[in-house]
Formats: sequence, structure tokens, C-alpha cells
Amino acid sequence: MIEVKDLTKRFAEHTAVDHVSFVVNKGEILGFLGPNGAGKTTTMRILTGFLPATSGTAQVAGFDVFNDSLEVRKRIGYLPENPPLYLDMTVTDYLDFVARIKNVPAEKRRARIEDALQKTTITDKRHELIKRLSRGYKQRVGLAQALVHDPEVIILDEPTVGLDPKQIIEVRHLIKGLAGSHTIILSTHILPEVSMTCDRVVIINRGRVAAIDTPANLTTQLKGGQNVRLEVQADQNAACAAIREVPGVRRVSGEPAGGKGRVALMVEVSPGQDVRSQLAAKIVGKGWPLYELRGVNLSLEEIFLQLTTEESEHAAASSN
Amino acid sequence: MKGMYAVYRKEMGHYFVSPVAYVIVAVFLILAAYFFTQLLALYIQRAFEAGLEEGQFGGGAAFDVPSLVMRSFFGVLSTLLLFLTPMLTMGVYAEERRRGTMELLMTSPVTDVQIVLGKFLASITLLVIMLLPTAIGFAYMLHHSEPTAPWRVLGSEYLGVFLLGTALLAIGSFFSSVTESQLIAVILSFGANLLLWVLDFGSQTASSAWASALEYLSAFRHYDDFTRGVIDTSNVIFYLSFIFLGVFLTIRSVDSMRWRRA
Ligand SMILES: Nc1ncnc2c1ncn2[C@@H]1O[C@H](COP(=O)(O)OP(=O)(O)O)[C@@H](O)[C@H]1O
Ligand SMILES: [Mg+2]
Repeated sequence: MIEVKDLTKRFAEHTAVDHVSFVVNKGEILGFLGPNGAGKTTTMRILTGFLPATSGTAQVAGFDVFNDSLEVRKRIGYLPENPPLYLDMTVTDYLDFVARIKNVPAEKRRARIEDALQKTTITDKRHELIKRLSRGYKQRVGLAQALVHDPEVIILDEPTVGLDPKQIIEVRHLIKGLAGSHTIILSTHILPEVSMTCDRVVIINRGRVAAIDTPANLTTQLKGGQNVRLEVQADQNAACAAIREVPGVRRVSGEPAGGKGRVALMVEVSPGQDVRSQLAAKIVGKGWPLYELRGVNLSLEEIFLQLTTEESEHAAASSN
Repeated sequence: MKGMYAVYRKEMGHYFVSPVAYVIVAVFLILAAYFFTQLLALYIQRAFEAGLEEGQFGGGAAFDVPSLVMRSFFGVLSTLLLFLTPMLTMGVYAEERRRGTMELLMTSPVTDVQIVLGKFLASITLLVIMLLPTAIGFAYMLHHSEPTAPWRVLGSEYLGVFLLGTALLAIGSFFSSVTESQLIAVILSFGANLLLWVLDFGSQTASSAWASALEYLSAFRHYDDFTRGVIDTSNVIFYLSFIFLGVFLTIRSVDSMRWRRA
């Protein structure tokens, strides 16, 4: 449903999004996890047609976000980081306006608005001016706005920020309920949020994808040892077999990297072991040219550390 | 088309709930009513004095009170619009940018052209709403004047003030689209309006080639003919191209937000 390839966005000198690639399947909830400034908002803005990419491509429902921007925009519901609300309008008037600019046909508008009000449980506030609503209700009006035209794809930028714990649970529940009939990307800087709501997670840090996997796999990976990424010029099977002989290595997986017979190998290591020097010795001993060797999980762990500390701060702040 | 109408509808709704629009229209109408009654009283008195002289010395030009009132009044209107239109347009884009609602508009299936035209048509509607009540005064005056009054001149004057006002709204919309601050928007558009106004004076001191260029550019100079009841196609074309340019620049500016904005 969504296909992002080598997406890059530079602001002057600063690269906010750096060769990001990922795919979101129909009906899936994809979590976009990363600390503040990682490039989550920028990526979402490119997907919604608000910003053009510097390079790379992104497709939504088969349409290119730059060349077929209008087609993409018809199919997307988007909740920006700050809910785009007209404070002087009532909730219903606001949703009516959004339904109109999203091309909801007149005869369906009423029903769509009712549905969005109900899903976000704001029916009892429908005639209130938006400026009189609390932060939590405003966020829900923002969500209702993203749903009102029943879009195929829903993009939510930090939908639970600023909500109290009870509201967070409600919103997560709501988002889970939307999966299946909608394809969803949601961003967050809170680790438990993705494990609770998402089918798959893209971890992004400083504009780069650090990992893509299911929340369960990521968690086991974290609890396990440190991984090492290798790039070698050798036959893939031979290289895998050789590396398996190194004590402390649990698993090896390989894939071709670039041309010239190089392979990229991901080596899973038992907890608490550092086998990098042994790996290097092994490869050099075999006479294979070594292009890269780096510990992967270290940086991933750093990211997670940052994320988890933010989560506990967040929880502490919202329970006050 | 639908997208443009949706934006238009939203803008109109906004004007009607916003105290700013009410205050501007009220200030305009109070000032307009004040000037209208003052001018009417002034010219009636002049006509009366002229009538007395005529009685004493014979001869003397006929005193056409309605035409004089209309001409002076429309002169005053242009000055009022110069001050008030920047306040009508200051929020049109600046406020949407500040509140982040521009992001909603720009990620919806409406084109930048539809956004700009919807907003522009709404501001024109408000201008018309603002001008309409002034017609009551004229209807009253012309109904009571003898001989029959120059309705055609009045039509030309309203056309002129409509074109001038619309051109000023185009300027104001453009400046609102370049900033997130309503205050900056109002200062810039007010400055631009003033400049167009003083170009008219500048043209009197500058050398001839410059003078005619400056004179041509002065949005207010082209207005004079309308107040005399003369509809000159070149003046109409001037305003239409002016408006077109303003709208075009606004569209470009909205378009470029995608390149600039965080
Ligand atoms: N319009 C902009 N101009 C310059 N830098 C920007 C702009 N928008 C975002 N950035 C920068 O790009 C980086 C990524 O930002 P963002 O996508 O908002 O991150 P996130 O949403 O993950 O917190 C940040 O360093 C931010 O300062
Ligand atoms: Mg962000």
C-alpha cells in the first residue's frame, strides 16, 4: 500500500531524512519509532505531499506522492504533530469542512461525520467550540478529522503526545480498531507504544532506518547479544559456514550487497560476548577482502535507551 | 470547483464569527456615514449660497449637489479602503500558517489555486457586504434630488471602488501569505498601499518619462476617472491585470510554502 524507496530530504546543509526505505502492507499498522529530531515528521510530510523529497520515491496506493500528489491526498487521512484545528468552529462544522475539502459526496457527509464522532467518542461535544475543548478532546477532534473521509491510508504523527494515561489507552485502542480496514503509519518516540499497537516497527534515528521488524523480534533481539554486520567479498554460503565456526556466534544470515560478489552478513552473537576481533581474524585468515565490520546492536541499544528513558519521563510527567 | 467552494464557505464562516471582521465593517460604515452626511451638508450649504448669489447678481453655474457629493464621497472611500483592506486580509494566510491549519489544507485534495481563489472570493464578498449599505444613502439622496440624478455616474463610481478595493485585497492577500505574523502582514500591505497612493504625487515632480510610468502604476490615479463617471477600458484593464498579478503571486507564494516551511 505504501512503498518508500531511498527517500532523502535535505534542509540546507542538514539531512533530516537519509535514504529511508520501507514498505507498509495493506491493513497493517506500522510504527515509526525514533527520538525527537529523528526525521519522523519530515518523512510523514513527504508522504502527505506537504514537502517534496530531495531524492528517492514514495508511492501510496500505487500513486507517486510527488507526481500524483492529488490522487495520494485523496486517499490519505493525516493528523499532523499539532492538530490542525480551527478554534472558532464547532466540532461538527469543522468536520463538515474537512469532509468537504476531502471530496466526501454531499449525501454521505452526515453519516461520515457521525461515524468519525462516534469512533473518537466526541459525539457529546459535537456542538462545542473547539477552543473550549481540553487538550485530550482537541487531539480526538484531530483524529476524527483524519478519519472523516474514510481514507485508505491514515498517517498519525505522535497521536498520543500530551494526553493523560487514560486517554492514551483509549487512543491506542481506537487506532488498533482501525487496522485491517485502513493502512496506518503512526509515529512515536515511546517504545511501549509501538509494541502495544503496531504490527511492525521502523526504528529511525538521525534520519536513517536503524531497524525494521516486528515488535516481538526487536525485543528479543535487544535482550539477546550484540549483532555484527559484515561486508565481505566471498561466496555467501562459504562465508556463513566459516563464521558459524567462530565461538559465540548464534546465527548468521546473508544477502548480496551491491555488485562484485560482495555479501552483507548479519551475525547474531550470544549475550555478553564481543567476537568482532575473532570474526575479523577468521575472514582475513580465509583471504577474503573485508569491507565492513561493525557492531549493530550497540547503536540500536543506544536508541532504545534514549527512548525508554523518555518513556519513563513521559509517564512520570503525565502521572503528576 | 467543490474544493474552492469549501474553502470559500469556511472563510465566510470565519468572517462572520470573527469580531475582527465586524469591527472593520462597523468602523468603515460609521466613517462612511459621517463623511456622507458632512459632504451632503457642505454641498447643500454651498448650493444655497450659490443660489443666493444668483438671486442677487443673476447668472452663475447650476449647482449639481448629488454629483459633487458622490465624487467627493468616493474619493474618501478610496482612502478608507487603503486603511481597512489590509486588516481584512491580514489573517487570511498568516493565521493559518501560525495555527498549522495550512498543513491540513495543503495535504487535502484541493489545489493551491482552489485555496487561493476560495479565500480571495470570500474577501471580495466581504468587500461587497461592506460597500452595499453605502448605497442606501445614495438611493435616498438621488430619490429626493431634482432634476433626476446621474445613476450612470453612481454605477461607474461603484465599479471603480469595487475594482480598487479588489486590487487592494489582492495586495493584502499576497502579503498575508508571506508571513506567519498578522502584524507583519498588515504592515507590509499597508506600506504597499501607501506607496501606490504616493506614486500619484511622485509623478507630479518626476521627469516626464518617469512621471508617466509612476502615474500609470498608481492604483489610485486610475480611480479618478471612475469617480467622474467615466468608465475607461484601459482603467478597467489596469485593475484586472493588477488583481491577476496579485492572485498569481499569492498562488506562487502558497506553492512555495511546500519548499520552505517546517
Ligand atoms: N523546515 C525545516 N528546515 C530545517 N530543518 C528542519 C526543517 N524541518 C525539520 N528540520 C530538521 O530535521 C530534523 C528532523 O525533524 P523531524 O522530522 O521534525 O523529526 P521528528 O519528527 O522525528 O522529531 C530535525 O533536526 C529538524 O531540526
Ligand atoms: Mg515530529
